[in-house]
Amino acid sequence: MTTLKADKTLDCSGMLCPVPVIKTSKAIKEVQVGEVLQMIATDPGAPADMEAWSRQTGNELLDSHKEGDKFVFYFRRVK
Amino acid sequence: MTKSDPNGPRRLALIASKGTLDWAYPPYILASTAAAMGWEVGIFHTFYGLTLLLKEMQATVTPLGNPAMPMKMPFGPTGFQAINWPIPTAMMAAPGFNALATGLMKKLFKDKGVASIPEMRAMCVEAGVNMIACQMTMSVFGFEKDDFIPECTVAGAATFLEYAADAEVQLFV
Repeated sequence: MTTLKADKTLDCSGMLCPVPVIKTSKAIKEVQVGEVLQMIATDPGAPADMEAWSRQTGNELLDSHKEGDKFVFYFRRVK
Repeated sequence: MTKSDPNGPRRLALIASKGTLDWAYPPYILASTAAAMGWEVGIFHTFYGLTLLLKEMQATVTPLGNPAMPMKMPFGPTGFQAINWPIPTAMMAAPGFNALATGLMKKLFKDKGVASIPEMRAMCVEAGVNMIACQMTMSVFGFEKDDFIPECTVAGAATFLEYAADAEVQLFV
């Protein structure tokens, strides 16, 4: 388990590509630069896609892990 | 439209040439995802893809002439849902079959958590994707700009090619 503190949480459970990526890109704009967004997904493609989204947008992927059948991501808004 | 800033965001240039429910997904998924990654995106809607821009979009799907399309039921026990039904081609031509196949695919996609095509299109528009209507196709099929969503722009092949020449990724769907 992680001890990262999130300023906002987005639950994308049950959603498939591309909805988690799109919702994450909207949600990251709802936190301040430097703050942390937690995103939860069940899409099996999410780990690779969210890493790509992080690389492309520059928003830092602080942590990514699995909790049961869910993937949990922490992103820091960079700009 | 050339890129004003060579160090600006990446650009994706897509051609959407098919207006069926199944083939509307690839361009709209790629476009909305690229926009979510901060890319600049333009979709050139040409030939049957032009109908995806209609205000009242009626994208349908049929397994007729579409032999790789899985025919699976979006309800019932898991084993039943896994069956790929061997539908005779003659039955696919029956009145109402197109509507049936379209309804089943919409339900299957909804149940699996995939956005609908009108939702995907709205996400593209909201993300600022440049929705381009092909002028020639409009003239051939008799469409007016007023038939389409107000966010679309009208352009020809040369305009799109100039746009695509400055794109890192260009795809035809």
